Amino acid sequence: MAPASSTTSMKVSFRVNGTPRELELDPRVTLLDALREHLHLTGAKKGCDHGQCGACTTIVNGARINACLSLAVMHAGDEITTIEGIGQPDALHPLQAAFIEHDGYQCGYCTPGQICSALAMLEEIDRAVPSHVQEDLLQKAGITEAEIRERMSGNICRCGAYANIVAAILEIAEGETA
Amino acid sequence: MKAFSYERARSPQQAAAVVAANPEARFIAGGTNLIDLMKLQIEAPRHLVDVQDLDLHRIEAKEDGGLRIGALVSNTALATDERIRRDYGAVARAIMAGASGQLRNKATTAGNLLQRTRCPYFYDTAQRCNKRAPGSGCAAIEGFSRGLGVIGTSEHCIATYPGDMAVALRLFETVVETVDAEGAVRMIPLAEFHRLPGTTPERDTVLEQGEFITAVHLGPPPEGRQFYQKVRDRASYAFALVSVAALLRPDGTGRVAFGGVAPRPWRVEEAEELLPQGARAVTDRAFRDARPTAGNAFKLPLATRTLAYVMAQAKG
Ligand SMILES: Cc1cc2nc3c(=O)[nH]c(=O)nc-3n(C[C@H](O)[C@H](O)[C@H](O)COP(=O)(O)OP(=O)(O)OC[C@H]3O[C@@H](n4cnc5c(N)ncnc54)[C@H](O)[C@@H]3O)c2cc1C
Ligand code: SF4
Ligand code: FES
Ligand code: FES
Repeated sequence: MAPASSTTSMKVSFRVNGTPRELELDPRVTLLDALREHLHLTGAKKGCDHGQCGACTTIVNGARINACLSLAVMHAGDEITTIEGIGQPDALHPLQAAFIEHDGYQCGYCTPGQICSALAMLEEIDRAVPSHVQEDLLQKAGITEAEIRERMSGNICRCGAYANIVAAILEIAEGETA
Repeated sequence: MKAFSYERARSPQQAAAVVAANPEARFIAGGTNLIDLMKLQIEAPRHLVDVQDLDLHRIEAKEDGGLRIGALVSNTALATDERIRRDYGAVARAIMAGASGQLRNKATTAGNLLQRTRCPYFYDTAQRCNKRAPGSGCAAIEGFSRGLGVIGTSEHCIATYPGDMAVALRLFETVVETVDAEGAVRMIPLAEFHRLPGTTPERDTVLEQGEFITAVHLGPPPEGRQFYQKVRDRASYAFALVSVAALLRPDGTGRVAFGGVAPRPWRVEEAEELLPQGARAVTDRAFRDARPTAGNAFKLPLATRTLAYVMAQAKG
């Protein structure tokens, strides 16, 4: 994007779930509000709006981030994936199916964030991103319950469905490595 | 949030010049601390200079055997770098002990150093706070001070520097590289980077308005085993009550820095000389001038025990 300066609104374009989008936004609009209020992609949720709950977790250029703590104008040219781009009711992603099978939710409010976070988290393990619970920093971490719990700690579930969330993630992770 | 204008920086010096010329302008990197504070109107910049396009995303080997870490290297990328995991394990451990996977993907090396305190009264704009509103007083000193500082504080502010990474960085010869509006480069030892509050707690660091961090330099990896032990109220995704970064050699000597206790990562070289005498000797010296409140005095024995635990692991 060309350097620009404005106090009212600015043009920003990025791709969301593979589709190019152009918006005219006040620079105060967060990526989360751009997705929800301007593009009407309401899958990503607003829990805390302060980076504390993970309900807004979105995948940007392959990495999971909190969409509530990022300004939309900071994402010019980015590739953004939301839960809507991961699966649809008639074509569920295997992790969505595993959440249903394992009862990985009650109210479902945290679920889109959990699923986006988990998919990007498994790729982080693949890229040898270390974790707090890893014993040997030089080895790639295994996909264990302890690793999943630690790496998913940025996603809070008010309903406390944690055990079932871990079970769902473990199931598809095992499927992938088998 | 207050309205602001926004631009993308084209060079470090250009960014520095814009922010130096406008006291109401701020740099924005990952945004994970600044946007949070802007939503609460604790920070209310009128202009943001987004530095993400600058070529500061690399970690380069230096001739002296150390590393030059670009200011925009993310916390995740830094902790994943093989040289960091192998030679500066305490830094990788400290980063992974902080925040969450999502936040670490956005958080940058420079932004992490500059994260502001987590004092609950700083965050509550209805409260008195000298750091947020200079001269208004400090609600924490007579208030809920469990998470606040025990040493290096003043009667004007008892807040801590809340970060983890910088505590581990204190084990190495770490230097912060900056550039100003004229292009002048300054090399600031990390030991002198964070300020003690004194009578001006509103200034967290020695940086001038518009001074821009370009890199963080690490000295060559020293010998010894490295540790980062963080004690917090839950097992993950919480700030430190106390943390200990340590470099321990087989002969019992080493280096130690404490987090969660002071307005800056707390390292006292004379205390390290007492390592062969045990944890208690070290913390007695390191915290000799401590002035805890009734609410946070528990941090002193906790620091001793955390260090003892780390020293036991080094032997084991
Ligand atoms: C819920 C939550 C939990 C957290 N838990 C932890 C934790 O346990 N441990 C921990 O250590 N941290 C924790 N953090 C803090 C997190 O690590 C910081 O928010 C992050 O490191 C800041 O980096 P950033 O790039 O996003 O900074 P930004 O928000 O972009 O910037 C922060 C400040 O630095 C300035 N700045 C940025 N780059 C430069 C530069 N190159 N030169 C000069 N000035 C610059 C900005 O102007 C701003 O004032 C947590 C944060 C949240 C929201
Ligand atoms: S301790 Fe410092 S940050 Fe906290 S209320 Fe007092 S002046 Fe503000
Ligand atoms: S809404 Fe973004 S982390 Fe809670
Ligand atoms: S299912 Fe209700 S918050 Fe997680």
